[in-house]
Amino acid sequence: MEAKEQKKVVLMLENLSCPDCAAKIGAALKHSKGVSEAEVLYTTSKVKVVYDPKLTKVENFVKIIEDIGYGVKEIKPLN
Amino acid sequence: MALDVIKFYRRNSKLIITVVSGTLLVLAYAAGELRYVDLSSALWIVAAIAGGYQIAKSAITQLRYRVLGIQALVTVAAVGAMLIGEYWEAAVVVFLFTFGGYLEALTIDRTRNALRALISLAPTTASVRRNGDIVVVAPGEVKPGETVIIKPGEKIPVDGKVVKGEAQVNQASITGESVPIGKSPGDHVFSGTINEVGLIEVETERSGEDTTLARIITLVEEAQEQRAPTQQLIERFSKYYTPAIILLSVVVFIVTRDPLVSLTLLVISCPGALVISTPIAVVSGIGNAAGHGVLIKGGAHLERAGRISIVALDKTGTLTRGELEVLNVKAFSGTPEDAIFKAAVAEKMSEHHLGRAIMSKVKAGSIVPDPGDFKVLPGKGIIATHEGKKLIVGNRMLLAENHFALTPEQEAYVEGEEDKGNTAIFLIEDERPLAVISLADAVREEAKGLVEGLKKAGVKKVVMLTGDNERTARAIANRLGLDEYRAALLPEDKVEAIKALKKEGIVAMVGDGINDAPAMAAADIGIAMGAAGTDVAIEAADIALMADDLDRISYTVGLSRKTLGVIMENTAFSLLVVLLLVAGVLFKAVVLASGMFVHEASIFIVIINGMRLLRYGMKSASKPQKRAKGGEEAVVI
Repeated sequence: MEAKEQKKVVLMLENLSCPDCAAKIGAALKHSKGVSEAEVLYTTSKVKVVYDPKLTKVENFVKIIEDIGYGVKEIKPLN
Repeated sequence: MALDVIKFYRRNSKLIITVVSGTLLVLAYAAGELRYVDLSSALWIVAAIAGGYQIAKSAITQLRYRVLGIQALVTVAAVGAMLIGEYWEAAVVVFLFTFGGYLEALTIDRTRNALRALISLAPTTASVRRNGDIVVVAPGEVKPGETVIIKPGEKIPVDGKVVKGEAQVNQASITGESVPIGKSPGDHVFSGTINEVGLIEVETERSGEDTTLARIITLVEEAQEQRAPTQQLIERFSKYYTPAIILLSVVVFIVTRDPLVSLTLLVISCPGALVISTPIAVVSGIGNAAGHGVLIKGGAHLERAGRISIVALDKTGTLTRGELEVLNVKAFSGTPEDAIFKAAVAEKMSEHHLGRAIMSKVKAGSIVPDPGDFKVLPGKGIIATHEGKKLIVGNRMLLAENHFALTPEQEAYVEGEEDKGNTAIFLIEDERPLAVISLADAVREEAKGLVEGLKKAGVKKVVMLTGDNERTARAIANRLGLDEYRAALLPEDKVEAIKALKKEGIVAMVGDGINDAPAMAAADIGIAMGAAGTDVAIEAADIALMADDLDRISYTVGLSRKTLGVIMENTAFSLLVVLLLVAGVLFKAVVLASGMFVHEASIFIVIINGMRLLRYGMKSASKPQKRAKGGEEAVVI
């Protein structure tokens, strides 16, 4: 079986105020297409997303996060 | 322009909404007091809409992404309250929710200051020597091997070795110790430290992301992200708690037909205080430690360190400075200075560390001449000639071989020295004993307060592990007031000793992180001392003390214990609040607005309690009295 192409990106968010928001962002990202892993690090206001670049792109994550009501400060691709 | 307004609103939306709906609340209340009942109701409704609009909007967005958030539950509660005519309740619920969120964000932000302070220490420019010129570049662009020049008052931009000049460097950013340290050619300096006095040239060894400072920042960030065991437990609990309360809310409505109780249950269905209780403590604790030059590699380590009951320490290099030093000179004839001088002549050509210790005791400024000729007797000493006289510097074995007998008084003195854990060396000139020189691997100044500090921090037993002989070990253990010692240990014996200690409690092993790495790994918590610049040590340790300073151990144990305490307090308090809230709602003692108030207030209390850890400091009483490096000490007779 051919391994799916996976990319990892870290989004630095504006400060998250509560762990609840962190959980929401994580859940919303996980439900979106092409995302295999989304971890929100509440303590450092970061989101780590593992995704398939054929199915989705980083801009989509930014949109989801902003839709839910949080700002994205910086985008750092990891590979 | 319009974009700026939107940006401003987005950044401060919580504050703006709080102010607007808060003002409306006051007006509505005033109208009510003045008996304008209709106006008052209208104002309550407007306040509820103004405060709740944003909440409802983000609730809908979340639902679009198939996420049921607390916003949705609050929206349902507020709308429900309005439908049954409880305008006041609806308006206050949304106001408290927004205001609480704003206050929490503001406070929590302060816990991130520690890391932010660390990041701000990173250097911004570097002056590099290139093709005979000095060019200013970004620190990350300096390549290993290049020479950078650092003027007084400037930040050192790279990790490297001083090749020219002398300086006083403040290394607080790395070690947490703000007393400047003298640096001369051959000494290592770290990126982010400050050259207070002097002009130095440094040969770059590491730059940019590879520097010790950059690695510390990364490790602190990663550490703060790691979930402590208590947090994992709570997250599992919350996962079931919210759906359970929602279900309860539905059941209660079906059974009692009382919408107020059901709606209030929705308001309190998110155990906010509980969820935040542990991370707030962990982030504050790790942040505080980072500011003191202590790297705690995660919440799990922090929690475990809070339970340490036994501290095991390596002797050489940890309790002691790892280098021999002349402690006493007893002269039988002539002066002690004279005896040291003669011993130094004999030892001048020897490579032995004992010889180096004697050489360093010679009065500054006097020149030690080469011996006429000399012979090393391995394991025994040296025989040399000086100004036509035969000098012998050696131990008891050499003494016995040459048939020297000590007088009873001399013998008693030597035995006394040995019982103190010192090594006695004899100086003999032409068959005449001149002096006894006592040497020892000097115990660190701070070691004397160590046991007391650790006991105060809650440690039950302090144990020394050493490869030294029984007599020396016992002497040092007695002098420092250690509870136990294990002598004549090989590195693998240390691992066994740790395993045995682990049967008695939670064991921390303190060492240099290199030779003691196996014992540190075997312990519950491995603490590396003087880890700055040694990646292996930082890697091997659960907790790395950047400074070579024993006082940080008590500080670290104390901070960890306090953090664990805060976690316990916060968790217990939050659980109690959760129970009381549910009971209060079911018995109708708590209704919508008061439910939201208790919910938000409990979150706030938990945050404030966690933030106390940011202020935990090193006790001023146990502050180290820094000794001057290689300082001149009076010869004790």
